[in-house]
Amino acid sequence: MTVAVWTTILVVLTFGFYLYIGYASRVRDTKGFYVAGQGVPAIANGAATAADWMSAASFISMAGLISFMGFDGAIYLLGWTGGYVLLALLLAPYLRKFGKYTVPDFVGDRYYSKTARGVAAVAAIFVSLTYVAGQMRGVGVVFSRFLGLDVNWGVVVGMVIVAFFAVLGGMKGITWTQVAQYTVLISAFLITAIAISITLTGNPIPQLGLIFSDIVPKLNQIQVDLGFTEYTQPFRTKAPIDIIAITISLMVGTAGLPHVIVRFYTVPNVRAARYSAGWALLFIGLLYLTAPALAIFARYNLLDSLHGKSLNDVRSLNWVTSWEQTGLLGFEDKNDDGLLQLTPDTDTTEITIDRDIIVLATPEVAQLSPFVIALVAAGGLAAALSTASGLMLVISSSISHDIYYRLINPEATESQRLLVGRVVIALAVVVAGWFGINPPGFVAEVVAFAFGLGAASFFPIILLGIFDKRTNSTGAIAGMSVGLIFTMVMIVLMQSTKVLGTAEPLMGPFFGISAQGIGTIGMILNFVVTLVVSRSTAAPPAEIQELVESVRVPRGSGTAAAHD
Amino acid sequence: MQGSQRKIASIEGGSEAAQRYWRTNITLILSLLAVWALVSYGAGYALALPLQNVMLGNVPLGFWFAQQGAIFVFIILIFTYATVMDRIDRQFGVHE
Repeated sequence: MTVAVWTTILVVLTFGFYLYIGYASRVRDTKGFYVAGQGVPAIANGAATAADWMSAASFISMAGLISFMGFDGAIYLLGWTGGYVLLALLLAPYLRKFGKYTVPDFVGDRYYSKTARGVAAVAAIFVSLTYVAGQMRGVGVVFSRFLGLDVNWGVVVGMVIVAFFAVLGGMKGITWTQVAQYTVLISAFLITAIAISITLTGNPIPQLGLIFSDIVPKLNQIQVDLGFTEYTQPFRTKAPIDIIAITISLMVGTAGLPHVIVRFYTVPNVRAARYSAGWALLFIGLLYLTAPALAIFARYNLLDSLHGKSLNDVRSLNWVTSWEQTGLLGFEDKNDDGLLQLTPDTDTTEITIDRDIIVLATPEVAQLSPFVIALVAAGGLAAALSTASGLMLVISSSISHDIYYRLINPEATESQRLLVGRVVIALAVVVAGWFGINPPGFVAEVVAFAFGLGAASFFPIILLGIFDKRTNSTGAIAGMSVGLIFTMVMIVLMQSTKVLGTAEPLMGPFFGISAQGIGTIGMILNFVVTLVVSRSTAAPPAEIQELVESVRVPRGSGTAAAHD
Repeated sequence: MQGSQRKIASIEGGSEAAQRYWRTNITLILSLLAVWALVSYGAGYALALPLQNVMLGNVPLGFWFAQQGAIFVFIILIFTYATVMDRIDRQFGVHE
């Protein structure tokens, strides 16, 4: 059977399964809709968090990105895993004890302020919207490459699936579909990596094959021969200060992303919140510990199959022609010697490779069976759909719970609130789909926004809300505003060629730190402003100090969950 | 409504026990975060160049920490926190 037939079978099967789970998990109350009735076991929440967290970018683009960056790819590997340690130790257990529905719920209650709640809700919506656009696009790309469907129709199919289980089942439907989606995406990723590891290193465990075979010295040697620096050489794409700032910003941003934090509201108690953070990172680690090995294998394999070969030989490979058609792989014999040379210089290199094909094309390059290739397509779809649905829920709960119910109509009945939640999530799907079909030109750049803003706004405020009783409303609002505005302005100025369309960036790196890492400075500013302003204004009221005392103690998380 | 619920959360032994519980928790968090910083920013970044020629198998040690080792340690740190806190929670009688 061909790849297209296998892909169709796997996509239909997995999508049917997601729809079934969505139908079986439909809910009738807001507690089920927003926090899955707080009945998700720690290990299941870990798998759901992992699927929620690992987007189309983690699945499709990250290994490719690392394979082009070499050592410096560590910014993504450390940045997108280290944040879970911060979450597990500093935020998740206390937020679960607090036990309401959303991140703005905590900010609004702890800082006894409607303004703080409003700012937090708007920030949560903004962060999630920037993120979701890329996901729906990812769905469309996978459909078009593997099934020959138009990208826009691919987006529409994805929208219908997400809308079905998100509207019916809310957080409960999303959680259990994410568990299934995690299984699909991790199987696809691991089977590919194991197969290629056996071929190249003789060891079925990629992490061991990496250490004990001679693949790394061989790749380093090829890199040097072609005029690149060694693959394992640190700091060849960015300065050390920038590498450190970006890693901190991604770690702290991860811990401050609303769609990740709310997952910890869905477990039964504080203890489960701690363990489920561990399970989440273990499940994420399965992919993140494999991606760097896959990056090395794939780079070696590509160089080996393409460099120094004649154009005719290369084009006789099936996968080469199909990827050349997508425009992600290109050849040009610039010096007319009949052979293809890959060089670090864009003027002389005769092979151009888009980083996105590393994961998607590797099974074909390694000549794995059509079934595995189809599984990778299903895995990419699972990664994109699971992240998209988690983000939809945050957008829906911020609008329907925080803004509509808590700020506009506190008299709303349970059934009105549930209806508004469902309508908003359906609208969010349509908006996300629209962005997927008409992607703003600067999608990749706005992801820097999501992490920078998560780092500079939510993380410091929530952390101090738990660990510093003296932090008050005035301090928090001042700190959050300074962190947000500073980070936004800096990113816009540094990325002005893409965001504003100027000819030159309006600003260069800030003391050696680029737009990706600027959230670290925003976070420090937020901490300083919040602490200083809080200490020069009145202490928070006694009942708020009691609330802080109470979130610090695990006992009573079942009963303390006041669903007013 | 909120007042009555907060009472459920209070610790036996009063505010002094609560303070001791919180200090024990903070000490644990800080020690684990020290390891967290050491394996990533320390072994992965600060020592990357010095560790270039120290090899683990065929891979430079600094590179291995930055792309593999630190992540293994992160996972262990979270489970360590969860299990040690289980014991501390029971010791102070605040478990569920």
